[in-house]
Amino acid sequence: MALLSLKNLQISAGDKEIIQGISLEVGEGEVHVIMGQNGSGKSTLLSALAGNPKYAVKGAALFEGKDLLAQKTHERARRGMFLAFQSPIEVPGVSLASMLRRAYAARFGDEMSAVEFDKILSAKAEAMGLTRSFFSRGINDGMSGGERKMSEILQLSVLEPRLAMLDEPDSGLDVDALGRVGAAIGKIRKNGMSMVIVTHYARVLRSIKADKVHVMHMGGIVASGDEKLAHKIEEKGYRWVLQ
Amino acid sequence: MGIAMKKLENVAEKYGRDAKVSAVPSEGKLNVGYRTKEKGLTEALVREISEVKGEPGWMLKKRLESFAIFKSKPMPAWGPDLSKLDLDALTAFVRPKGKEAEPTIWNDVPPDIRRTFDALGIPEAERKFLSGASAQYDSEVLYKSLRKNISELGVIFTDMDSAVKEYPELVKRYFMTRSVPAKDNKFSALHGAFWSGGSFVYVPQGVKVPQPLQIYFMMNYPGFGQMEHTLIVAEQGSSVQYIEGCSAPHYTKDSLHSAVVEIFAGKASRVRYTSIQNWSRNVYNLNTKRAIVSEDAIMEWVGGTLGSGVTMLYPCSVLVGKGARAEHLTISLAGEGQVKDTGAKVLHMAPNTSSRVVSKSICRGGGLVRYRGLLHVGKGCTGVKASVRCDSIIADRISIAETVPVIDVRSDDAIIQHEAAVGRISDDQLFYLMSRGIDENEAVSLIVRGFIEPIVKELPLEYAVEMNRLVEMEMEGAVG
Repeated sequence: MALLSLKNLQISAGDKEIIQGISLEVGEGEVHVIMGQNGSGKSTLLSALAGNPKYAVKGAALFEGKDLLAQKTHERARRGMFLAFQSPIEVPGVSLASMLRRAYAARFGDEMSAVEFDKILSAKAEAMGLTRSFFSRGINDGMSGGERKMSEILQLSVLEPRLAMLDEPDSGLDVDALGRVGAAIGKIRKNGMSMVIVTHYARVLRSIKADKVHVMHMGGIVASGDEKLAHKIEEKGYRWVLQ
Repeated sequence: MGIAMKKLENVAEKYGRDAKVSAVPSEGKLNVGYRTKEKGLTEALVREISEVKGEPGWMLKKRLESFAIFKSKPMPAWGPDLSKLDLDALTAFVRPKGKEAEPTIWNDVPPDIRRTFDALGIPEAERKFLSGASAQYDSEVLYKSLRKNISELGVIFTDMDSAVKEYPELVKRYFMTRSVPAKDNKFSALHGAFWSGGSFVYVPQGVKVPQPLQIYFMMNYPGFGQMEHTLIVAEQGSSVQYIEGCSAPHYTKDSLHSAVVEIFAGKASRVRYTSIQNWSRNVYNLNTKRAIVSEDAIMEWVGGTLGSGVTMLYPCSVLVGKGARAEHLTISLAGEGQVKDTGAKVLHMAPNTSSRVVSKSICRGGGLVRYRGLLHVGKGCTGVKASVRCDSIIADRISIAETVPVIDVRSDDAIIQHEAAVGRISDDQLFYLMSRGIDENEAVSLIVRGFIEPIVKELPLEYAVEMNRLVEMEMEGAVG
């Protein structure tokens, strides 16, 4: 049984249809990479799967064989779905630590004191080379693009979802930050976590081996293949696929 | 004009302007616990209070003068609707000695307040006290324990009634004279006639009071909390922190709270006054608080108003000495049936004075929050810097947030900043937090806690914890 199974999924925002019938199966432990031009619907797909209420979704989506669409955003997260945002949202005045402690309790049903949770969080942060100041300040407040992406990956490593959906984890980063984020994702992936990664660049495949690569265009999947597809796109551009 | 208006933003996103906002809380009936035989606010009552307290003649004279002013002044012609406040129905605020007060019966305490006590885990004894259902505190004993360690520094810390008798020279000099004279407004005049209780703090030159002076709750007469007078005098080079109020809901059958706070921050002194107010919603909370701030002194106001039906509160800093500085940090929360007309007044009356006002307000359930502020820079006051920031969150579509800033600058080179932002709880923030597994209620309360965090972090820990808890409860089910 696939971990995530989408059948003829249609997604719209208001009157606008963005995704027109996508079917996709992500197996246990698989990594899928989705590529595509700007506006092809990649981010919308991930955001809607995470339960963003601004999208109306039709069709069928099963997670671990159970209906996903009837569930609210937080229920999906508790079942083990995680979305790393392309542009992480600022929540000033709320520390990453206090938010994550609640999220952790919600995910694992394990209420713990701030002191106990601090041990878990510190260990995870240290493994990624992050210092305490990183999670004691407001969520994404005054952080650089690179720091925000690292924050998303830190959250991912603490919440250990069954399926990680990463929306352009490699966008807007300099070479060094890119290396750090890639390495951090690669490390987490070693535990066999399933992933769906939206990206513009094949270089993410240096840190993670993809089982499948898909190309989206105008709200649909127009091509699927293995890593070679990604490299070919990088070489020849999307036009090659669309022809 | 050389006024640098660096940023003038007033995003007035007002939702539900036509929604009805009730200025009168549901249990708004006047209910006075302790009546003397005569009904109404009379001169005889003023005399009786003074006599019962055994006050010197000069205080009685002051009370009578205040009473005459009160009689002659009309009700304020601006601000929230006070037409349902029937002053004639208020009889006495003070229990004459010897007569036993009828305590509130525990079962009469509104269920929402009892529920809050449960949620906060307030001990039984405190609950009964806070709800007016227990016997009074002996203030003398209370202050004695509070002033341990500091009396040897020459610090005076006592209840206001005792101060009138024990320190008449000091009290005569400062009590409702230069800071808040009776004629200031109708309610300060009422207060001057009927005040009872409160604290008197005197800090001698150069003394830095090591711990905050904290009055959690204090009553020597029932009704004491209604018109208490707080007078703080900090001499040159001294520093003191004074904390009063109570974040737990404070139930009273009486429907008017009209306190006066007067602060004198001497040259190069530093005074911080922190108050948390959470009166039950039948209460009109109409206070006057003012500080006279001398050369190079720093005055800080930190406060939160959570309870009461209608609140009018605009702590004022009068910067009379050059280099004086004022900080005003406030949180206002208005839920169903509540009107919070609050803000800050800063008068820059000397060169090189500076001020910062940060106001954070939250409204929900049809509540109204209105920031009302005055920033005045006097003629010839050069080198003034002032900033005002007022942010509001409107949690739903039936609540209202308004901003009424008045900026009056009569100096050429003042640097004035005014920023206001009114917004809803952001859908993006909600989605972000919920995508981490946090449910909607908790996400809303986290966002709101983050919003008020810059002020909550200035509160002592126990107040901060309770403040967060209360806001969380208040926001439960606010969005949906």
